[in-house]
Amino acid sequence: MTRLATGGLIDRERPLSFRFDGRSYEGYEGDTLASALLANGVRLVGRSFKYHRPRGIWGAGSEEPNALVELRTGARREPNTRATVIELYDGLEATSQNRWPSLTFDLMAVTSLAAPLIGAGFYYKTFMWPASFWEKVYEPMIRRAAGLGRSARETDPDTYARRHLFCDLLVIGGGIAGLTAALAAGRAGARVILADEDQRFGGRLNAERITLDGLSGSDWAARAVAELEALPNVSLYPRTTVTGLFDHGVFGALERVADHKPAPAAYEPRLRYLKIRAKRTLLASGAIERPIAFPGNDRPGVMSASALRAYLNRFAATPGGRVVVFTASDDGWRTAYDVLAAGLSLEAVVDTRAEVAPALLATIPPDATRVVIGGRITATAGYLGLQAVTVAGAQGEVFEIGADVLAVSGGYNPTLHLTAHLGHKPRWDETLCAFIPDQLPPGLHIAGAVNGSYSTRAALLSAGEAVTAALGHLGFSPRNMALPDVADEAAGVSAFYAVPGKKAFVDLQNDVTADDVALAVREGFRSVEHAKRYTTMGMATDQGKTSNITGLAVLADATGRTIPGTGTTVFRPPFTPMTIGAVAGEHVGKHFRPTRTTPLHAWAASKGASFVEVGPWLRAEWYRKPGEQGWRDSVDREALAVRAGVGVCDVSTLGKIEVVGRDAAKLLDFVYANRVASLKPGRLRYGLMLREDGFVMDDGVIARIAEQRFFLTTTTANAAKVMQHLEFCHQVHNPELEVAFHSVTDRWAQVSLAGPASRTLLATITDTDVSDAALPHMSMMEATFFGTLPCRLYRMSFSGERAYEIGVPADFGHAFMERLMAAGAAYGLTPYGTEALGVLRIEKGHVAGGELNGQTTAGDLGLGSLIAQDKDFIGRTLSQRPALIAADRPALVGLKPRSVGDPLRAGAHLVDVKATPSIETDLGYVTSACYSPTMESPIALALIKGGKRRIGEPVRAYDPVRDADTLCDVVDPVFVDPTGGRARG
Amino acid sequence: MRIPCPFCGERDSDEFLSIGTVGPARPDEKASLDAFVDYLHFRDNPAAETREHWHHVHGCRQWLVVSRDTRSHTISAAEPARRSAP
Repeated sequence: MTRLATGGLIDRERPLSFRFDGRSYEGYEGDTLASALLANGVRLVGRSFKYHRPRGIWGAGSEEPNALVELRTGARREPNTRATVIELYDGLEATSQNRWPSLTFDLMAVTSLAAPLIGAGFYYKTFMWPASFWEKVYEPMIRRAAGLGRSARETDPDTYARRHLFCDLLVIGGGIAGLTAALAAGRAGARVILADEDQRFGGRLNAERITLDGLSGSDWAARAVAELEALPNVSLYPRTTVTGLFDHGVFGALERVADHKPAPAAYEPRLRYLKIRAKRTLLASGAIERPIAFPGNDRPGVMSASALRAYLNRFAATPGGRVVVFTASDDGWRTAYDVLAAGLSLEAVVDTRAEVAPALLATIPPDATRVVIGGRITATAGYLGLQAVTVAGAQGEVFEIGADVLAVSGGYNPTLHLTAHLGHKPRWDETLCAFIPDQLPPGLHIAGAVNGSYSTRAALLSAGEAVTAALGHLGFSPRNMALPDVADEAAGVSAFYAVPGKKAFVDLQNDVTADDVALAVREGFRSVEHAKRYTTMGMATDQGKTSNITGLAVLADATGRTIPGTGTTVFRPPFTPMTIGAVAGEHVGKHFRPTRTTPLHAWAASKGASFVEVGPWLRAEWYRKPGEQGWRDSVDREALAVRAGVGVCDVSTLGKIEVVGRDAAKLLDFVYANRVASLKPGRLRYGLMLREDGFVMDDGVIARIAEQRFFLTTTTANAAKVMQHLEFCHQVHNPELEVAFHSVTDRWAQVSLAGPASRTLLATITDTDVSDAALPHMSMMEATFFGTLPCRLYRMSFSGERAYEIGVPADFGHAFMERLMAAGAAYGLTPYGTEALGVLRIEKGHVAGGELNGQTTAGDLGLGSLIAQDKDFIGRTLSQRPALIAADRPALVGLKPRSVGDPLRAGAHLVDVKATPSIETDLGYVTSACYSPTMESPIALALIKGGKRRIGEPVRAYDPVRDADTLCDVVDPVFVDPTGGRARG
Repeated sequence: MRIPCPFCGERDSDEFLSIGTVGPARPDEKASLDAFVDYLHFRDNPAAETREHWHHVHGCRQWLVVSRDTRSHTISAAEPARRSAP
């Protein structure tokens, strides 16, 4: 029986059953997996990372380096979870890691025999040659032999969430200092968030035999929590680890919403990532007990002395019955006292110090145990768990003591990680033999053990001071700051880190011994950062929370430096491991980015459209009709229908910006490369924007609706960028201009009605005069459709046919299309998608995304004549750089294969017919290609050196990636209606 | 980071887009090619307080000049670009 008969914060009325490595056990509500395992007599919980040595439970908190298990099964299997922080629930299943075939009989443990051969850097030195073996042979082999748990192979079935929080004071850590501070701030009226990684607030109050105001520590904590819960301005976040401190009072925290249950409830996230913005923050994160390195210090049964107290006092669980305490600090004596109080056999107290205060000695009855002052543990024995320790006394006497628990106390390391996340360095405190925070991030206060205030009384006092300072900054007056009446425990410590000898583990998680650190130094890795990387000390899931200082001490000793002279490694977020899912939150799958649909999406779907993603948009790419075999059938039919009759295409995704104001024309003249001010109201003009470096940025149509009102379209992809650019050109370059911009992309359902029959159809659905006299090419008007619906009507053409664009108020878009299709039936009105749109524009030599690729100039695209010469505009000067106006720049042409059956694809490179394809002989490349049903041939647009001077020459479209090499003729880029007569009508 | 937008108050940097340090003013249209190259491409990238253009994209859509220390991320000022001397 390893459960104490009484005591502990467990609910003995609520037994829970769980399985570890397939065997069933029972624990209680309030247990962690670690305490329940210990209460069931299970001490061996895993095999070590490299040597497969039997390992047990070292600690009782999130710093645990040893007791890592796989939690749950199937898709919810999670590797490397710390048994010390897993709350027990009914039906919990956990499995030990890194052992084969079983935990008690692990064949890979033979690596331990070879330990002298596989010290620090073994893998680097051994698996160097041949290089090609690394990926295929060495790495998989090493991964099998060394490593920890296995992650699930299936898709994560759980969901994750994110929450944004704001407060006056964030209190991190709900121990005595944190609770005291939260109470003071809460009573003063500040908005407080109190977060603690434990499920139960109280910190060490729950783990110590301690009395405050006549209450036990846990009762005092419960009373404080009850008061805080009643305050409306205080939010309590248990099971919440503050993982990162970022600039300007921003914190990241991980809330384990449902991780203490077999599975989250419906619609409940498993974890929630909290982004907290705090005006001030009080860090009361406590301290972590540090181990002492000595030979055989990794045997199951060797554990942190303060953790042993936690198991005895909080969980009423005992890892064994015969305890030896090995301490370099006063705190170890508290464990000795509690061991006796729990009724266990205290075999010995071994204190490394030459002198121990008589008051401390007096805490233990003189005949209760054997006390060794100035002693050392020099060895341990036991196969799968501790059976005996070897003690060397101050006078050199050596003796063995039978024990199944060795409680080790090497002093404390303040949990100062968050104070260093912005790069502030801690300072070494000679008295405390520890690093403590020095300069703090702005807005941060610290209290309690993290500040080196280890005793209960010191922690209370420092919390009072810190919260008073924080409230002062916030403008609140502290009220009712009476501190509870408590004892001041002895907290003396000595600088003792390691006992020399073999297999004295510095880092239990990474199997790094003191010898490995010394070896690294001998091989030249003297810097703390180099030694860390070479030995792997301080890496992996615990990030060296227990091992770093011991490792530093050993490193300092080996290099003849002091610990502060050696320095620490860098602390980075997260403080404890985080599931990637929690960082992603809801932003997964379809929620990764929004899908935008046009007002005509449902209409298009009802017509059998297939959709293609264009940035965030879904656009109809073609409308398949029954009997059509492949997409080409649909696209050819749609393109021919536009050339012969009339088609309709949804162009709502184009960016639409309204520009208004007295100086609107002036601003647009600065933004566009061509002239805008001369445009008459009611007229349209093609607009070309350059970047300041002279390359083409975007194109579209400029409509002057009125003297001081313009309507611009942009390409679908660049809509947001152009808006931002306009605002920059106004606010930064021309702040004196009176102009405003309004993004109206979503306000209009915009359709293109194109084809020779378009005007005839148009005349049947509007009473407004749409004759060529009233509405010539490149003009616009407001028109009323179907008797009641006011729309904007633009006459412009992308297809080369007579064409109109109709801007319909978005909410009426769907109804408009239903009516339009009914009216158009008599004219064979054909919906066409983006593919046919592309075919039509390639046939006309109009540039689009393939040509507006950020590397082309107006001249390259045959648009040089549009550029205004008599005004300043963005890109004007730099577009005249010699390389941008060089005569041999690739310029736009058309291509036609000699043989209609030969492939011609965008991306193919152009080379001279006789040349061997190479970078030197490269003449340019195909930017857009399609099959033209009008030309009955594949056609393409391309950029080629020499441009139109090559028209009539043959050229090879060389495409080795797709195994094509097609003989083509260079032709004019306008394949259909070169004079443009059809569009003008 | 938190940006003190002069129009919206203190907001998360997620709402903003930064395009880097404020350069010299845009040269006059008659300026040389070299002047434009300097204006467009050359920045000092100091380890010190520096002035940067930030756009409050998901907010008031104003371009701001934010004075930020590149070593500590301390922000000493944020003012509308339209009122800021180049």
